[in-house]
Amino acid sequence: MQTGLEDQLGLYQKRIPIFTRSVKGRFRRFKTSVLVLAYAIYFLLPWLPWSRLDAPAQAVLFDLPGRRFLIFGLTVYPQDVIWLALLLFIAAIFLFFVTGLVGRAFCGYFCFQTLWTDFFIWIEHKIQGERPARVRLYRQPWDREKLVKVGGTHALWILVSFWTGLTFVAYFTYAPQLVVDFVTGQAAAAAYITTGILTLSTYAAAGLMREQICTYVCPYGRFQSVMYEPETLAVHYDARRGEGTLGRAVVRAGRGIVVERRRAEGAVAEERRRSSLSAGQRALAERNEKGFGDCVDCGLCVQVCPVGIDIRDGLQYKCISCGLCIDACNTIMDSFGFPRGLIRYDSEKNLAAATPAPPRVQWKRLKTIGYGVALALMIGYLGYSVATRGSFDRAVNQIRQPLYVVLSNGDIRNRYQIRITNKAAEDQTYVFSARGIPADALDLGNFNEITIKPGHSGLVQASVRLSPAVAANTQHFELVITPRGKPAEARSEKVRFDTPGKRP
Amino acid sequence: MSEQKLQSQTVQTTGHAWDGDLQEYNNPLPAWWVYTFYATVVFALVYWTIYPSWPFGKGWIGGVSQITYVNSEGETKTHSWNTRALLMEDLNQAAAAQKPYFDKVSAMPYEQIAKDPEMNGFILSAGKALFADNCAPCHQAGGQGVVSFFPNLTDDDWLYGGSYDTIHETLMGGRRGYMPAFGEVLDGEQVDQLANYVASLSGIEHDAGKAAAGNVLFHSDTAACYYCHTSEATGRKDMGAPNLTDNIWLWADVPAATGGEGKVAAIRGVIANGLNKGVMPAWSGRLSPEQIKVLTVYVHELGGGQ
Repeated sequence: MQTGLEDQLGLYQKRIPIFTRSVKGRFRRFKTSVLVLAYAIYFLLPWLPWSRLDAPAQAVLFDLPGRRFLIFGLTVYPQDVIWLALLLFIAAIFLFFVTGLVGRAFCGYFCFQTLWTDFFIWIEHKIQGERPARVRLYRQPWDREKLVKVGGTHALWILVSFWTGLTFVAYFTYAPQLVVDFVTGQAAAAAYITTGILTLSTYAAAGLMREQICTYVCPYGRFQSVMYEPETLAVHYDARRGEGTLGRAVVRAGRGIVVERRRAEGAVAEERRRSSLSAGQRALAERNEKGFGDCVDCGLCVQVCPVGIDIRDGLQYKCISCGLCIDACNTIMDSFGFPRGLIRYDSEKNLAAATPAPPRVQWKRLKTIGYGVALALMIGYLGYSVATRGSFDRAVNQIRQPLYVVLSNGDIRNRYQIRITNKAAEDQTYVFSARGIPADALDLGNFNEITIKPGHSGLVQASVRLSPAVAANTQHFELVITPRGKPAEARSEKVRFDTPGKRP
Repeated sequence: MSEQKLQSQTVQTTGHAWDGDLQEYNNPLPAWWVYTFYATVVFALVYWTIYPSWPFGKGWIGGVSQITYVNSEGETKTHSWNTRALLMEDLNQAAAAQKPYFDKVSAMPYEQIAKDPEMNGFILSAGKALFADNCAPCHQAGGQGVVSFFPNLTDDDWLYGGSYDTIHETLMGGRRGYMPAFGEVLDGEQVDQLANYVASLSGIEHDAGKAAAGNVLFHSDTAACYYCHTSEATGRKDMGAPNLTDNIWLWADVPAATGGEGKVAAIRGVIANGLNKGVMPAWSGRLSPEQIKVLTVYVHELGGGQ
């Protein structure tokens, strides 16, 4: 019998709002430091001055009309696209490498979606209060208080989104001028459009969609999941310890916990942990004897989770590995005097072992070592390539129509087109010479040297004329291009010389 | 059983029943889908207003978007949006971008153009395009020509002279190369003697006895070769008579012929049959003076000029 046709299950599931409780601990501290550092770099970098001869004094400037990318002392031209390719390769391999070792660390601590969402939640928390207050506000009808608080939150979000968008645009033009032009309506249309799109998308992604981006939109989370191995460290709930044989148990009356306790200062919590150690141990022994696990089912790990999952259901695709449930659980374990680490970074393999060892990063695997070696090689090559970059680009093309010309006295002539792109910061004159052929064979016509402006290209036609006897013995020669006054930066190109009847 | 199913489901039917129990579910489209459809209708209406849309009588409804361009006759035309007008507009813009360079070309003397790095870059790119459009069908893309038909422009031999002025003259007025058919006035033996003499001039294997006789004939008024080719056989540039003493062959395909006998035969053919195909058209009416000037410098640079 056919079924399902009449099912009235909606295809669209309404989002269940998540109100995260704030928490303190190692991972929260780490996340906050990354957030502050990343924001400092992103928002301040376009404002960093850097004196230049021929460009605005901005340390990082992607000069699209000028077809160049100014990054501190380095000027990158579109011809250097191989560096970008290499950088993207390095980023990808680094992601695979890290994911193999410690899971979705990128998602949890460094991804801009996580960072901006985290910051937006912080704003929400500052204005609307802690989780219970926010839940109450959510449920109450639209009154003045709700209007002011929710409206204020969204207004601040839009403001942050706007500044995020404007800062992005500031990387492409001189920042102080951009802000003035933007306000006075003089900025380029692209600046307004880009800022508008980024404002909207930041507001929508970090304010409204949040974990839905990670769950439904982002492909990285999905493909990182398949890179997990049994040895990979990830945020795990130690089910064997937490569940015991009879499952979780809330703490019995009289020892009920007050969740607000975790708000106590770190030092106080530490002292309390020490003082109640023996009591905690006793309580734990009692529980274990009865067959209950260590989990007191306080639900704090669920309340702090930014993606709204219960880590005790096991590793799941929605988990972005941010570690906040570890902080939450450790706080609770401390307050009871139970040992920490009921939720912890651990590997599936270790958790399944008869006697789990202390969790540690396990890198002695072929995949991890392979990624590590590839990473080291690529970073090394990129560094080498950038450090030894030439001050100019050159291309010597033999003119192929015709490959050679027989002259009236029987000499053979080959012609070449030389294109030079000046990548230095100032005008540069280039001189040409040849190695491997007689000194007078190279003829540059009217241009024995050429002066090129920075970032520009110049064309020179060269011809080489050899007598039949010399030509017969010349397959190749070297064309040397030397920036005047900088013999150390000279580069040579091996070029062909063609003669009649000779096959390559 | 179908009764049971119909009772259990909550989807509305269209209300019709065929063959007693055949009914049709009425599942409405999702709202967003319907709205998207309405949006496409609105889009189409806006599009029809702006761009050409419907056939109307013998023409069509052009829409409000218009393009103004200058056509090749210099007339300004305004037309409703179409891709040809769009192309003309693009060409106008490209021409406007090139204009400062062409203005410079017409203002500067040849030597100065060739020595200015920026102008030289312009000559290399604009000249290449002009050459490819107008000259390459005969002289080939690289200017290497075709032996027995079109001269090679990349070597150092110039039929009419390789200075800027003579190249310019050649381009403006065209050229007509002509050599009478000596087979009609000389006998076969004499033609053979002349061929051997010409071969001897550039060191090709030949019959010394015939060449000596040919030498006499060359400078005699019977054959009168020296009228055009000069008594040194280096050719008169004002007549376009080729230099016979160098290694370059335009009409007789000597480089491709094998053996001394074959090469002499190739020369003999040219002497006996003469030439009436060395025609280059005049470009003065077809290209602008600036374009011809660009081509002059470009061609001069191809072979190194003189």
